[in-house]
Amino acid sequence: MNAINRNENQALSRAVLEIDVANHPGVMSHVVGLFSRRAYNVEGILCLPVGDGRQSRIWLLVNEDQRLPQMIRQVEKLEDVNAVRRHHADHAVFTDLEAFFQA
Amino acid sequence: MSETPNETLTGAQITVRLLERQGVRLVTGYPGGAILPIYDALGQSTAIRHVLARHEQGAGFIAQGMARVSGEVAVCMASSGPGATNLLTAIADAKLDSIPLVAITGQVPKAMIGTDAFQEVDTYGLSVPITKHNFLVSSTEELLDVIPRAFAIAASGRPGPVLIDIPKDVQSRTIEVAEWPAPGQRVMPAPADGMALAEAASLIAAAKRPLLYLGGGVIHAGASELALELAEKSTLPTVMTLMALGAMPVDHPLSLGMLGMHGAPYTNLALDECDLLIAVGARFDDRATGKVAAFCPQAKIIHIDIDAAELDKIKTAHVGIVADVAEALTRLLPLVPENPRAEWNARIDALKAAHPQPLPGVNDPRSHFGLIRAVAACLDDDAIVATDVGQHQMWAAQAYPLRRPRQWLTSGGLGTMGFGVPAAIGAALAAPERTVVCFTGDGSILMNIQELVTAAEQRANVKIVLMNNAVLGLVHQQQTLFYGQRLFASEFQSMPDFVAAARALGIAAVDLDQAANPCAALADAFARPGPCLIHAGIDAEQKVYPMVPPGAANRDMIGAQA
Repeated sequence: MNAINRNENQALSRAVLEIDVANHPGVMSHVVGLFSRRAYNVEGILCLPVGDGRQSRIWLLVNEDQRLPQMIRQVEKLEDVNAVRRHHADHAVFTDLEAFFQA
Repeated sequence: MSETPNETLTGAQITVRLLERQGVRLVTGYPGGAILPIYDALGQSTAIRHVLARHEQGAGFIAQGMARVSGEVAVCMASSGPGATNLLTAIADAKLDSIPLVAITGQVPKAMIGTDAFQEVDTYGLSVPITKHNFLVSSTEELLDVIPRAFAIAASGRPGPVLIDIPKDVQSRTIEVAEWPAPGQRVMPAPADGMALAEAASLIAAAKRPLLYLGGGVIHAGASELALELAEKSTLPTVMTLMALGAMPVDHPLSLGMLGMHGAPYTNLALDECDLLIAVGARFDDRATGKVAAFCPQAKIIHIDIDAAELDKIKTAHVGIVADVAEALTRLLPLVPENPRAEWNARIDALKAAHPQPLPGVNDPRSHFGLIRAVAACLDDDAIVATDVGQHQMWAAQAYPLRRPRQWLTSGGLGTMGFGVPAAIGAALAAPERTVVCFTGDGSILMNIQELVTAAEQRANVKIVLMNNAVLGLVHQQQTLFYGQRLFASEFQSMPDFVAAARALGIAAVDLDQAANPCAALADAFARPGPCLIHAGIDAEQKVYPMVPPGAANRDMIGAQA
């Protein structure tokens, strides 16, 4: 079993990340690229502009494994990221959307 | 800050003016269709000199050489499509070694982006993971914001490369400029946490067997003197990463030289015994640590780094300090008591005596170590030492007497063959008063040999020492040691006449193998100004020893006996 699979299996629960970013084309690829290049699956993504539209907020639903603190630090390093807040998986932003994701 | 109010300028002219206002006096690059407006404006600049490389990757590494020697942000340029993709390796290399670069690429006009236009490639998308930040400029007005910001980002915090992709119509469009922005400057990070510094000082005071572990961040922060002061005040034996060589003179009594995969036996054994590791501007790279679980197994760890994401990434620190290392060391120094540490240093001396770095043939200039020492004997500490990547690089790291920061230019993180020659040219352009020596190999030099033409054209004072063993030395070594001696694709069947090739490309060349007195021939080559290739045959069976097998603990070195 390689390290990535082991990490995924060790995921005890999920976490929700709330990320305030500058709103321009490319910011999403900067953020999700950090996850994809580490083979760290992002289970859910939401993004909408906030306020006057110069900022956006990205919500990510991710597995909570031992790499998550390092992931958050990497996201915080991005030039277009202003703030990262970590929530529990039961945060309403994704649970309230479940109706739109019935099989 | 307005100058002449309401100048009407093209985006290209604005770009060049902003570079001038940044204080840029030297740029390197390679033109092509999509960046021609900028080249046209650059040609009109009296302040900026452009050095034409012969391949965009060469331009990227020339800029790296400039940045590594000066510590300032360096600029390289390329056109769209293949121009941009050819730059990528040099940009990725700068990212891993934290080198401040601004790379400017031309892009097809905005209206053609996404149409698979001629020489169109998604430069922005390609450069996302290998830059500190990148921009696709969508309007001429934006240049006034983006270019100063790019310089500020490249120079601030942990330095790194920033790419600016500028569509051709953005370069050509004319706007009125009423006011110029301030040049982008390095922004200082928040100061180190005082409580953590006090805690670090008390750990150092309490430690019986501490080691100072310096990384490239010490060089970038200009903190070598401070690190030396700390080492001397608390009598701390000091190890350096490949990127930190020169931070402490290698012949300083407290220096243990380079640690890790090809570190000296006594260095890795000392790390095994230490009870406190003080990591400064270092990132616990796998080539330095070996098997992480077995790295400094008894040690508490103090980790000082400007990049918060480096703390606890590989090893959990007992005291983690996010700060500019120069600022942190300045404030740590008065808190650390003087301490002679006689017992620990006696133990270090015993390790040094019992487990020295093997340097076979060091007095024979026709051997690998002897050649490196003979080159050093021709030079003083003002010289700059660049390397390519391979056995020659590790031998130079082990044997060259490096004594000052920014003396040593090497591709550490990415390990890019082809780095050496263009980086040496960039170093010579940035520091024309110095001699630059470049150790290279028969594999590496062929990856950017076209830049010898650039060296000739610029009359760059680079002395390229080509250690030719007709094999890919590190591959040959690993195949010999770990792949049942099945040599495959590592022995060159055909070998160019490098002396003739160098001359054909316009630079002087000497073959030490043909010289009756190699030391005299070397001295003669170094005495003449301008570029020169010095060719020397090397025994292909020579290995880089000691060697920690990949994935093994640093204490388990092969070839450690003298």
